[in-house]
Amino acid sequence: MIAELGHFALVLAFAVALVQGVLPLFGAARRDATLVAVAPPAALLQLLLISISFGALVHLYIVSDFSVANVAANSHQSKPLVYRISGVWGNHEGSLLLWVWILALFGAAVAAFGKNLPVLFKSRVLAVQALIGVGFLAFMLFTSNPFERLDPAPLEGRGLNPILQDPGLAMHPPMLYLGYVGFSTTFSFAIAGLLEGRIDPSWARWLRPWTLAAWTALTLGIALGSWWAYYELGWGGFWFWDPVENASFMPWLAGTALLHSAIVVEKRDTLKSWTILLAILTFALSLLGTFLVRSGVLTSVHAFASDPARGVFILALLVIAVGGALALYAWRAPSLQGGGMFAPVSREGALLLNNLLLASATATVLLGTLYPLALDVLGGPKISVGPPYFNATFVPLMIPLFLALPIGSVLAWKRAELSGAVQRLWLAAVATVVLSVALLLLRDPPLGLSLIGYGLGIWLILGTLADPLTRAALPGGGLARFWRRLSGLPRASWAMVVAHVGLGVLVIGVTATSTGQSERILAMKPGQTAELAGYEVRFTGVREVRGPNWIAQRGTFEVTRDGAFVAELFSDKRFFLVEQRPTTEAGIHTTLWRDLYFVLGDPAPDGAWTVRLYHNPLVAWIWGGAVLMALGGLLSLSDRRFRVGAPRPARAAAAVPAE
Amino acid sequence: MRLRKRQRLVLVALVLLLGAGSAALVLAALGEKVSLFVAPSDLAEKPLEAGKRFRLGGLVAEGSVERRADGEVRFAVTDGAATVTVAYRGILPDLFREGQGIVAQGTLEAGGLFRASEVLAKHDESYMPKEVAEALKRGGHWKEAGEEGGASLPPAAGGEGR
Repeated sequence: MIAELGHFALVLAFAVALVQGVLPLFGAARRDATLVAVAPPAALLQLLLISISFGALVHLYIVSDFSVANVAANSHQSKPLVYRISGVWGNHEGSLLLWVWILALFGAAVAAFGKNLPVLFKSRVLAVQALIGVGFLAFMLFTSNPFERLDPAPLEGRGLNPILQDPGLAMHPPMLYLGYVGFSTTFSFAIAGLLEGRIDPSWARWLRPWTLAAWTALTLGIALGSWWAYYELGWGGFWFWDPVENASFMPWLAGTALLHSAIVVEKRDTLKSWTILLAILTFALSLLGTFLVRSGVLTSVHAFASDPARGVFILALLVIAVGGALALYAWRAPSLQGGGMFAPVSREGALLLNNLLLASATATVLLGTLYPLALDVLGGPKISVGPPYFNATFVPLMIPLFLALPIGSVLAWKRAELSGAVQRLWLAAVATVVLSVALLLLRDPPLGLSLIGYGLGIWLILGTLADPLTRAALPGGGLARFWRRLSGLPRASWAMVVAHVGLGVLVIGVTATSTGQSERILAMKPGQTAELAGYEVRFTGVREVRGPNWIAQRGTFEVTRDGAFVAELFSDKRFFLVEQRPTTEAGIHTTLWRDLYFVLGDPAPDGAWTVRLYHNPLVAWIWGGAVLMALGGLLSLSDRRFRVGAPRPARAAAAVPAE
Repeated sequence: MRLRKRQRLVLVALVLLLGAGSAALVLAALGEKVSLFVAPSDLAEKPLEAGKRFRLGGLVAEGSVERRADGEVRFAVTDGAATVTVAYRGILPDLFREGQGIVAQGTLEAGGLFRASEVLAKHDESYMPKEVAEALKRGGHWKEAGEEGGASLPPAAGGEGR
């Protein structure tokens, strides 16, 4: 009954989406207020219907109704409740339902909170949003119905892939989808703007909170996925340039570029057609990601078993959505009025450079991801494009970006002097050089090329902090005034500072982890000790432990440093009884400066166990940096000048920085 | 007007420079930094030079896994038509076992031994790397493997993931 209710709600949602996608567009073209007024309530109704459907599926999972094929294939009564719920999106059909639910959520949010949007524009945005929904709801109803029944119903389900039974992964897909699907709003805003033929600073102002929200969620989603891969897969790495990782990373890169170019539209009314194109491409990359991940053209953890019909359906959706959008763009963009001029050395120029570098980086990642597929389709040799390719293409493009970033963010709009930037940043530059040289001299073994990474990270942090600090400190007058000036900075400026410092922290973390990792692979007998990066590791032995739905062999390691106790670490080889599958749980001890990361391997005939011991410097900085970047996004969202529905700011408030 | 022209010019120059730069990076990297996927029978037909990195895929031959005291593991990878011995130090994936399809990344040594730096098995045991499945089909080993129950056709449904 519940399953049928969920299915029925989904069919109704499809009908509502059709109405919401078609009527307001006609209404807007004919200036018919009645038709236009359909959009907001339809968006809310659509959210309600899909929520009912989603709720129904969650319910079926909680009560373990195995007469539903999807539940039977992906759940089991012995699973803890959390993983019964997260199992809802741990499979193809359920994750699609989450996808359309979030799409409807964003549509309803625009309907509910977009009070400052002109009525016509808003109805067009909602209509485009609904049309995307039509495509994906049709995809679900025709190829991937999560409510399909099984007859006869099995007594027990088949369980969920054990590596997915994990708190990090319970959170990762919803977060990632909030980002992925959130970019649908920027797409809808771009299409609505093109239909209206009006792209101006207020358009960019409306776009801003939605881009920021999507970007922030995507940042956290990617970080969660990377964190999960780090501690769960037991390889001690945090990023593998796996095609599926790239699929989420490309919209992030394009979205980051969009975030910056929208600022130029907002402040200077220029770079308009480029920004529109970016808004379209960002969502196109999200759709491409969905296609790559869901169609099974890739072999990966995420590739739910492939069904060619599904792949073709998503590909068709991709072609229609992106092709249609680009055709509209080609038709309408030339009529957009070019805006203000600017000198190459200016804030606009710097943001343009940021965009060009990010776009090139996106293109290299895209090429590396699609090249093996294209070669395969064309009948060429089978190849794999892995980290060496991305290190050789993506990383060099980041160097000029990071070098220019602190400089660009202190340049004035329209026309700036480099000498002014030098004046503001020379102290930070000198400090960066001094710190880098100190690193070079003090570190043993010598750093080599990784010094560039550390130097760039330090430069990003110091160069970003230099401006607000010197502004607050310069014209004398006590600590109180210093603090008052600092806190007088608008929140959007703080957001930029926090996000850019976060990037610096991330760069340092990534550099340290990928170049400074110590690894030892040993065969250890219980009682033996080994040395790892200055720590003594004693392998105390292996015993059997039981969990809710698994049995494990648990290896215990005692870590000391110069005789002093540091930590006791446990690494499990778990065997999941239902799924009949083993997994490995690494033992991890984290501090701000390093992770100790131990993995228990297989026993050898003579009683020794293979163990893998890692010392990973500064790993925590990677997640910390990502969290800071997301925090920057949230800070910027909370700036009341940009809040949706906030009154237009007074001129004075826009004049940065407060004095 | 003159300013606008100059602005355009700088922009075009910048775009060209960056475009050419990234294209050069990509081309250089695609030439050198990608690894070929090879099946054991490919190697038997046309040996690759020692020291070149590539990916080897196939089934772990039954009864071939040998764990040495120093932590090194040796096993044979087969596609039915030919076999290559692989040496690996480290922790094998959870789903590594005899009869399972795997992909190993590494280099050939002079004696024909494949030294792997990485061994991948899929996260899902009912799912076989596509490259391995195709290599097996070419080697004519596909059906036999299925009958042994070790490996089977990737099922039409039931893969799992995110």
